[in-house]
Amino acid sequence: MDNGDKKQYTGAQMVMESFIREGVDTIFGMPGGANLPLYDVLERGGVGINPVPEGVEPKSYPIKHYLVKHEQAAAHAADAYARITGKAGVCYGTSGPGATNLVTGIANAFMDSVPLVCVTGQVIRALIGRDGFQEADIQGITIPITKHNELVLDVDDIPRAMQQAFHIATTGRPGPVLVDIPRDTLQQKGEFYWSDKVQLRGYRQNGLVPDPNEIQKAADLIAQAERPVILAGHGVIISRAYDELLKLAETANIPVITTLLGISGFPGTHPLYLGMPGMHGMYWNNRAINDADLLIGLGVRFDDRVTGRLDDFAPKAKIVHIDIDPAEIGKNVRPAAAIHCDLKTGLTELNKHVKPGERTAWFEWIDEMRRDHPSIAIRETDEVLPQFVIDSIYRETKGDCIVCTGVGQHQMWAAQYFWYDKPNSFVTSGGLGTMGFEVPAAMGAQVAAPDDTVWSICGDGGFMMTLQELATIAEYDWPIKFAIINNGTLGMVRQWQELFYENNVVSTPLKSPDFVKLAEAFGIKGLRAERKEEVAPVIHAAMEHDGPVVVDFRVTYDENLYPMVPPGASLDETIDQPAMETAPAGKQEVKA
Amino acid sequence: MTNSTDDIRKIRPHTIIALVEDRPGVLNRVASKWRQRGFNIESLAVGHSEKPGLSRMTFVVDSDANAEQVVRQLDKLVDVVDIRDISHEDMVAREMAIIKLKSTKETRSQIIDIADLFKANLLDVSPDSLILEATGDEGKIDSLVTLLRDYEITELVRTGRVAMIRGGGVSHPELPKEEQYDRYPGVHTW
Repeated sequence: MDNGDKKQYTGAQMVMESFIREGVDTIFGMPGGANLPLYDVLERGGVGINPVPEGVEPKSYPIKHYLVKHEQAAAHAADAYARITGKAGVCYGTSGPGATNLVTGIANAFMDSVPLVCVTGQVIRALIGRDGFQEADIQGITIPITKHNELVLDVDDIPRAMQQAFHIATTGRPGPVLVDIPRDTLQQKGEFYWSDKVQLRGYRQNGLVPDPNEIQKAADLIAQAERPVILAGHGVIISRAYDELLKLAETANIPVITTLLGISGFPGTHPLYLGMPGMHGMYWNNRAINDADLLIGLGVRFDDRVTGRLDDFAPKAKIVHIDIDPAEIGKNVRPAAAIHCDLKTGLTELNKHVKPGERTAWFEWIDEMRRDHPSIAIRETDEVLPQFVIDSIYRETKGDCIVCTGVGQHQMWAAQYFWYDKPNSFVTSGGLGTMGFEVPAAMGAQVAAPDDTVWSICGDGGFMMTLQELATIAEYDWPIKFAIINNGTLGMVRQWQELFYENNVVSTPLKSPDFVKLAEAFGIKGLRAERKEEVAPVIHAAMEHDGPVVVDFRVTYDENLYPMVPPGASLDETIDQPAMETAPAGKQEVKA
Repeated sequence: MTNSTDDIRKIRPHTIIALVEDRPGVLNRVASKWRQRGFNIESLAVGHSEKPGLSRMTFVVDSDANAEQVVRQLDKLVDVVDIRDISHEDMVAREMAIIKLKSTKETRSQIIDIADLFKANLLDVSPDSLILEATGDEGKIDSLVTLLRDYEITELVRTGRVAMIRGGGVSHPELPKEEQYDRYPGVHTW
């Protein structure tokens, strides 16, 4: 606790000082009229009131600001940064359009439970509600897509509001928080008051300790189960419960399925790992879920893309559900054991009670299923198949990279054909399904993990939505490798038109620019692969280049994504990959 | 928690009471959640509670749908300190109505007779109109209004239900302590 000296500081200085105290080192954003005071103090640091964090020089604290070209990219980049580091991502936008441009990014973070602190400038207080220039009621707009938001009208409230924003964003089930501050409040002076305690009577941090009865119930269910599966979600990564999950799976001998956002929460080449379930999940996973007698949901929300028709989801299974968010427990499925708890803590406790299991028959059943239904086999052909490209990237990089994706077919293929051994190495937009996420997400991931190689697997549709950020990437010389899976169409949508709209292909074929020339216009290396034998050398060339690279992979136009559960159907109705002459996909080779 | 779900589901309308922060935007947040899930709020009454800085809201939501999900989502709002669905509990519920009627020399005493029957108060009398105030459960107010339909009602305003559970227990029994969480610079808690 400190009241500091009685000196007066501006609101903008207080924001900066709050960042320093919360350990912020990276901001993505764009200046404008209303948030200029924040930029004015950007390179001057905070107010430097004692006590400062240990080892931190108050005025030289390096908060690095990255100037994006569109605020949506700031929010997505902060989102990816938060996913990789586990800290709250921070982004800036000005009032009005600056703030509304953040909205997609905020909604994306909200759906995927990503801690984000967005600070927006607002028009001066005298103009609020009077349709001032560049005014938008961003607090009202973001109510349904933030965990919390606040319009700060008094300079003295800024430290409290900032502290609460970080507290709310990063604790419990994480989520985005928006703090909207009028320009004149940022310029107003006041005393800086910082408390080491957060007081929020409506925000209880519960689920810190699991209910021992439910833990025992869950342990008993696991002991009795003959055909159990673990369904691990984003919670594993958010809670960094990799070791605990591995221990549970290995001790009790239970196969692990991860949801799209749970991918890289469990080693991809581990013998117990089965891949992804759901709409485009592995055939064997969907069958295993519907044949299991116990389903252990860890940090999952049983999304409709995972469950298929809910009434027919896991009909034979009792369900154990561990989740930090009490509102998720019992929302879509009724658990037999419900553990409301942080996943790491809950699993640590559960692991104490779990006994080794055999389950030979169950594994034989699964192996048979995998043998008979090679869901991710790749067709033998001279054409460049998108799956082949993604499989090649996996082989050539040996999986040693962080993968960011957009949304669509390429995203699903990146989930199916890549085997993520490195924890938290897959960054994708799951809940909201935001096309265009791939470009700014790669920026955030690269900033968060400067020593890692970041591969951004892009759709040609999504890439066009955020490609302006190539200028940002060129400016900061982030060595991101963009692999555009260029099939000349909005592939996933075209597939739906083909399958569910009598092949009435409307507004899905794309006339894209020359991506190589485009990259070069931004000062970025551009490469292209048009034939199968060019794919591997081009990937190598991209890896060997020090700076950013855009690779245009010209793949077949009409490749469909399988397996597929038709919308509204049950997991039992999974359509597997059509029968084909096959070549083995990467995983088998890596394992051999 | 889950056992009572089926009981709650059978009861309509739902009566839900919430203790919320008394600050701008709270009503907006709360209403937004109901809207998002497609619930129509039949009535909503808000006013100060026994705790400084906190208001108490009473919602009536007429729906077959299970309101439990919304209640849980509302409970997650930072501005909602506590919330519970008391539909299945033994409660007292009242609302107030103020009714303006046209009246003449002839009808005035008849209207006052009806008002007396319902223990309604006369708030205002003028040569050609009068205003009644009635308090009771919705059924009582409905009956009064029905009887008064014989005369010309020119304006009717109802507060909507306010409710409280019976007995010594309070609606939000564990009055939230001023909970504090340690928060140290540069340390994130997850």
